[in-house]
Amino acid sequence: MEAQSNTAKLRVEGLHLSFGGVAALSDVSFEIKEKEILAIIGPNGAGKTSVLNCITGFYRTQRGDIYFEGKRITNLRPHKIVSLGITRTFQNIELFTGLTALENLMAGRHIHMRHGSIAGSLFFGKARNEEVKHREIVEDIVELLEMEEIRQKVVGSLPYGQRKRVDLGRALALEPKLLLLDEPMAGMNVEEKEDMARFILDIHELKGIPILLIEHDMGVVMDIADKIIVLDFGEKIADGVPQEIKVDSKVISAYLGS
Amino acid sequence: MYRPCGTFDETYIQDIAIIRTPMHWSSLIAGIILLFSLPFLVSGKYLSLLNLIGISIISVHGLSILTGYTGQISLGQAAFMAVGAYTTGLLAVYLKFPFWLALPCSGVITGITGIIFGLPSLRIKGFYLAMATLAAQFIIPWLIVNVRPDLTGGTDTLVVPTAHIGSFAFNSQERIFYLVVPMAILVTFLVRSLVRTRIGRAFTAIRDNDLAAEAMGISLFRYKLLAFFICSFYAGIAGSLWAYWMRAINIDYFLLSDSIWYLGMVIVGGMGSVPGAVFGTVFIRTLDLLVKNIAPWLGTVVPSLAGVAAAALGPFVFGLIILVFLIFEPRGLAHRWEVIKSYFRLWPFSY
Ligand SMILES: Nc1ncnc2c1ncn2[C@@H]1O[C@H](COP(=O)(O)OP(=O)(O)OP(=O)(O)O)[C@@H](O)[C@H]1O
Ligand SMILES: [Mg+2]
Repeated sequence: MEAQSNTAKLRVEGLHLSFGGVAALSDVSFEIKEKEILAIIGPNGAGKTSVLNCITGFYRTQRGDIYFEGKRITNLRPHKIVSLGITRTFQNIELFTGLTALENLMAGRHIHMRHGSIAGSLFFGKARNEEVKHREIVEDIVELLEMEEIRQKVVGSLPYGQRKRVDLGRALALEPKLLLLDEPMAGMNVEEKEDMARFILDIHELKGIPILLIEHDMGVVMDIADKIIVLDFGEKIADGVPQEIKVDSKVISAYLGS
Repeated sequence: MYRPCGTFDETYIQDIAIIRTPMHWSSLIAGIILLFSLPFLVSGKYLSLLNLIGISIISVHGLSILTGYTGQISLGQAAFMAVGAYTTGLLAVYLKFPFWLALPCSGVITGITGIIFGLPSLRIKGFYLAMATLAAQFIIPWLIVNVRPDLTGGTDTLVVPTAHIGSFAFNSQERIFYLVVPMAILVTFLVRSLVRTRIGRAFTAIRDNDLAAEAMGISLFRYKLLAFFICSFYAGIAGSLWAYWMRAINIDYFLLSDSIWYLGMVIVGGMGSVPGAVFGTVFIRTLDLLVKNIAPWLGTVVPSLAGVAAAALGPFVFGLIILVFLIFEPRGLAHRWEVIKSYFRLWPFSY
C-alpha cells in the first residue's frame, strides 16, 4: 500500500456527492499514477463531470478525500487547486468569449505572472518583460496545437472545434502537473477527433504529465487510455486496462442498458 | 504576425505596445498640441465644458474598468466622486493639506470606500448587484449631509481652497485646464495599459466567464474587489479635481441621476473600451451643453414648452440617446471608430 500511494499523483478516496438528497456519486475511489492516461467512461448522467468538479473544487463533496501529490486538497477553492497544478477543460467549453485566442491563452498564464495593477498601468520594465516572456510561451502552445490561423480571432466567433482547441490550449498554458479533460472530442467530426487525439498524445509525451480523460467515443478511449474506470449511476462499476474493460460484463450491460 | 497594412512585427514588444507606428506618434503629438492650445482658442463657457469633460473622463475610466471590463454594474459612481470631493474639501479646509497630498489621499480613501460597497459583488451579480451599489448612492450622501454638517456644510456649499503647485495657483478655467486635461490623458494611458496586461485580462476573464476565470486560478474575491478599488480610486481623483475646479462643493453635484449619466457615457462609448470611455464622455457632455443652449431657443419658438424645455429636455435627450445606442449600436462609439479606422487603413483601396 505504502509504495503504491507514493507513486500516485492523484488519489480519490470514497467520494460522496449528492444534490438535495439525490446521490450523484457514491463511494468513488481511484488513483492516477505519474505519466498515466486514465479514462473515465460511463453513460450520460453517470457522474463523470461531477468527479472532475469535485477534484477541481467546483463542487464540495459531502464525504471522501482527495489527495494531490500526497497533500489533501478536498474542498479547497478552485483557484487554490489550480495553483497547485491541477488544470481542467470544460465539457461545455467555458471560454472568455470577448477575448482573442491569444488573450485566452495569456489568461491561462495568470498564476505564473507576478506584476500587479501599478506595474501593469505603467507598462514599463517588469510588466512589459513579463508580458513578452509569457507571450513567447503561449506562442509555443499556439504552434503545438496548430492555432496560428486563429490566434488573433475573438473566440466567440470561432467554430466549435476550434473553441475546443483554445480551451485545451488555455489549460496547457497553466503548465499543469495534472490535466483533466472533460469530453475534449464531443461533437467533433472524425477528422477533428483525430487531430484532438493526436494533440493529447503529443502533450502527454512532451510534458510527461498524467491526464484524466472523460470521453464517450470508445474507439478513442481504447486507443489512447492506459487505464479505464467505468461509472454508472454514480458508482464505479469497473476499472482496468482497455482489454479488460472491453469484455467486462457489467460494463457491457451498463452500455446496452442505457 | 501581421498588423493591418502589413506592418510586420519583429518582436512581441512592438506587438503589445500601445503606440506602434510613426503615424500613431505623429497624430498623437499633433493631437496633444492642438488640445493644449485650446484655452487660447475657445471662450470661458466651452473651456468650462472641457474641464468638466476632463474630470468626467477620469471617473468614467474607473467605471469602465468595473462595469465595462469586469462586468460589475455600479449605480454609485457619483457618490464615490462625492467621497473624493469631500475628502479633498475636508483635508484642504481643516487640515490644510496641500493639493498634491489631498489628491492621492482622496483617491485612496474613496478606493477603500469602494471596496466596502463592492463586498456584495462576491455574493450577487447583475441586477441584484446594481441594487446593492444603489445603496452607496443613498448612504454616502446621507452620511456626508448628516453626520458632521458642521464640517461638511450639510446641504450647503463647502468652499474649497485653490490648488497650488509651488506658488502657481490653479485659480482660473484656463489654469485648471492644464491640470485636468493632462491628468485625464495620463489616466487614459494608465488604464489603457492596465487593461491589456495581466490584471486587465483577469478582469475581462471574470466578466466573460467567472467559472473559467476561477479555473485559471483567478481569485474572484481579490479581483472583483480590486476592480471596485480602481473604479472608486479614479472616482475619488475625479471628485478631488472637481472640488479644486469648482472651489466649492455641494452634494447636489453627486446625485443618482449623475451616476446614471456616467453609466450612460460608458454605454454610449462602448463597454470594455478605453477610447470608448473617452468618446462616450465627450459625446454626452457636449450634447448636454448643446441641449441646454437649445432649450431657451425652443422656448421662444414654442412658448407653451418654455417651462418644460429648460428642465426636462436634457434628461429626455439623454434617455433617447441611450435607447438609440442600446438598440442600434450596442457596441458604442468605439465600434464605429474601429469601423472607420479599418476603412481608412485600407484607403484608397477600400472595398
Ligand atoms: N449542479 C448540479 N445540481 C443538481 N444535480 C446535478 C448537478 N450536477 C450534476 N448533477 C446530477 O448529477 C448526476 C451526474 O451528473 P454529471 O454531469 O456528473 O454526469 P456525466 O457523467 O458527466 O454525464 P454526461 O455524460 O451527460 O456529461 C446527474 O444526475 C446530474 O443531473
Ligand atoms: Mg459530463
